[in-house]
Amino acid sequence: MIKDDPEKDARDDDMSGDEEKHWLVRPETVRWLWRGGLLMLVALVLADFFVHAHPYFQIDGTFGFYSWYGLVVCAAMVIFAKGLGIFLKRKDTYYDDE
Amino acid sequence: MTMSDFPPGLILILGAFLLPLVTQSIRSILILGLPLLTLGLIWSVPDGSFAILPLLDYQLVFVRSDTLSRLFATVFSIMTFAGGLYALRQKRLLELVAVYVYAGSAVGVVYAGDLISLFIFWELMALASTLVLLSADGSASYRVSMRYFIVHALGGVLLMVGILAHIHDTGSTAFTAMSPSSFGTILILAGFLINAAAPPFSAWLSDAYPEASYTGTVFLSAFTTKAAVYALLRGFPGAEILIFFGLFMIFYGIIYALLENDMRRILVYSIVNQVGFMVTGIGIGTQMAQNGVAAHAFAHIIYKALLLMSAGSVLYMTGKRKCTDLGGLFQSMPITTACGIIGALSISAFPFTSGFISKSMIGQSAADESLMIVWFMMLAASAGVFLHAGIKFPWFVFFQKDSGLRPSDPPWNMQLAMILFSGLCIGLGIWPEYLYNLLPYPVAYEPYTVPHVVNMLQLLMFSGFAFFIMLPLMRRTLTISLDFDWLYRRVLPKVLKKIFSQIWATDHKLRQGFIVRLDQVLAFISRQNEGASGLLSRTNHVGSMVMWVSVILAAYLFLSFITH
Repeated sequence: MIKDDPEKDARDDDMSGDEEKHWLVRPETVRWLWRGGLLMLVALVLADFFVHAHPYFQIDGTFGFYSWYGLVVCAAMVIFAKGLGIFLKRKDTYYDDE
Repeated sequence: MTMSDFPPGLILILGAFLLPLVTQSIRSILILGLPLLTLGLIWSVPDGSFAILPLLDYQLVFVRSDTLSRLFATVFSIMTFAGGLYALRQKRLLELVAVYVYAGSAVGVVYAGDLISLFIFWELMALASTLVLLSADGSASYRVSMRYFIVHALGGVLLMVGILAHIHDTGSTAFTAMSPSSFGTILILAGFLINAAAPPFSAWLSDAYPEASYTGTVFLSAFTTKAAVYALLRGFPGAEILIFFGLFMIFYGIIYALLENDMRRILVYSIVNQVGFMVTGIGIGTQMAQNGVAAHAFAHIIYKALLLMSAGSVLYMTGKRKCTDLGGLFQSMPITTACGIIGALSISAFPFTSGFISKSMIGQSAADESLMIVWFMMLAASAGVFLHAGIKFPWFVFFQKDSGLRPSDPPWNMQLAMILFSGLCIGLGIWPEYLYNLLPYPVAYEPYTVPHVVNMLQLLMFSGFAFFIMLPLMRRTLTISLDFDWLYRRVLPKVLKKIFSQIWATDHKLRQGFIVRLDQVLAFISRQNEGASGLLSRTNHVGSMVMWVSVILAAYLFLSFITH
């Protein structure tokens, strides 16, 4: 069973020497993907200058609403799930003795 | 008897029993042909009620053909066809037979025009789906299928009692829109909600579905919950309480999927999430909402099956199902990866996919009714869907760290099924009018406006951004999360065990005490009657006995005289 341990990740990074990594996972590609992604996010926020929706309520018509709302609620859900996990998570062998 | 009098579901149900009797090649033809035959029959039956059988004072209507039943039966047939194509290599005949009976009874449910025939197909669906689970291998399958069956049996009992009470109240068996205001209708609603995986009985779904075979889960994901959505849509449109159930399900699905490590369990939690959107829409209940629910059920069956097909392919090729064991598969499974991503984008309602044109109608209906909190919560949940299914599933299975596994894409039939459904996901997204024409009410809704597309992209892209910056918080662990089933798998057995051991201990004590007392009494009596002078040892004359017998008989005679 492959555990999600840091050593394994380190080994993967070392492998790039002998065995050529897939182009999509090479560090330089990943760097470009990050740059492109961030650029797209900025462009999407700026699009609010040109796109005029008819808001259903008040706040959803304000500048950048959908952008910050998406970011904030997702962060909140991840953190909430993490917190709930403290109480709810059990080893995946928990029910094995049934 | 005309063709309309043949219930469309029976083609699959009866055809299922032919599957084990024929050779492999004929079986393949039947597997693909039966759903197409069903589809043909569905579209050749005009609107109206057919196949009406009298039962005592009531009528059973096995075929009620209208826009809504035709829509659901159409997607059920398409699902069975693609699922059958995907399962062509499935060696377990029991599973294939069960799956086709299951699909046929789901079609039967949506064509049932009265509550009794609805109940018949409802229960057949529960039995057949239990067999699908039972036919999976693994030591867990027996226990899982029994837990699944017990929950559905409970749902069935509630439904049956509800139906009987409702018939008693109204004198009619017709299955039409009701409001949950009487004992009967409340129980009917409860029975429907159990199958829709609403709280507190939501755990049966995430407990059972991931334990089926690689093909079984694909079918299971489609029918039970969506037949329940149909029943709720037909029976309880506008029942406000459903909004609360729906919103709970939406967030329950997201949070649990975020915590989950098993790739197929991530996806089945998101079934609860998606059905939550539909249940909310049914609670809103306007024509726009009902159209949205019907469209979303249609789109959902296809992209959810697609997602589970891609997960099933990974399971089939690697034998692994945990995110902690997977990763980097995109390198050797390009088609599975691409199809999985298309399914993931569709469930996230990405523009130009089927989810975009269906889910947004439900959101629109909430806005139209000025349900501000509902609208904001659904918007948050749309972001959350991208988070837990749209990115999490493909990322942890096909990308993230390299697991070193290099499986190839699955056999051609499985690839073809995935490509077919990917095409449908995108096709419905680009040409929504084909789906809109099938909806129960006329559609005056245009999903592709510039602001809608841009706003949705903003929402989704920033959810994606949140995912990647919070990746350290989402490290996969070898864990499960406790759910409602913990109550009946752990707490209840423990409590019952304690209660019964208490009862047994008390019972034991009482018996011991009684025996001791009895001993004492007997000893006392025997001590009192020791020797020839004792009460039981005395000698009596025969004459006195004869006298007493005649006294008793005289009294008896006297009594019999005065009572007559």
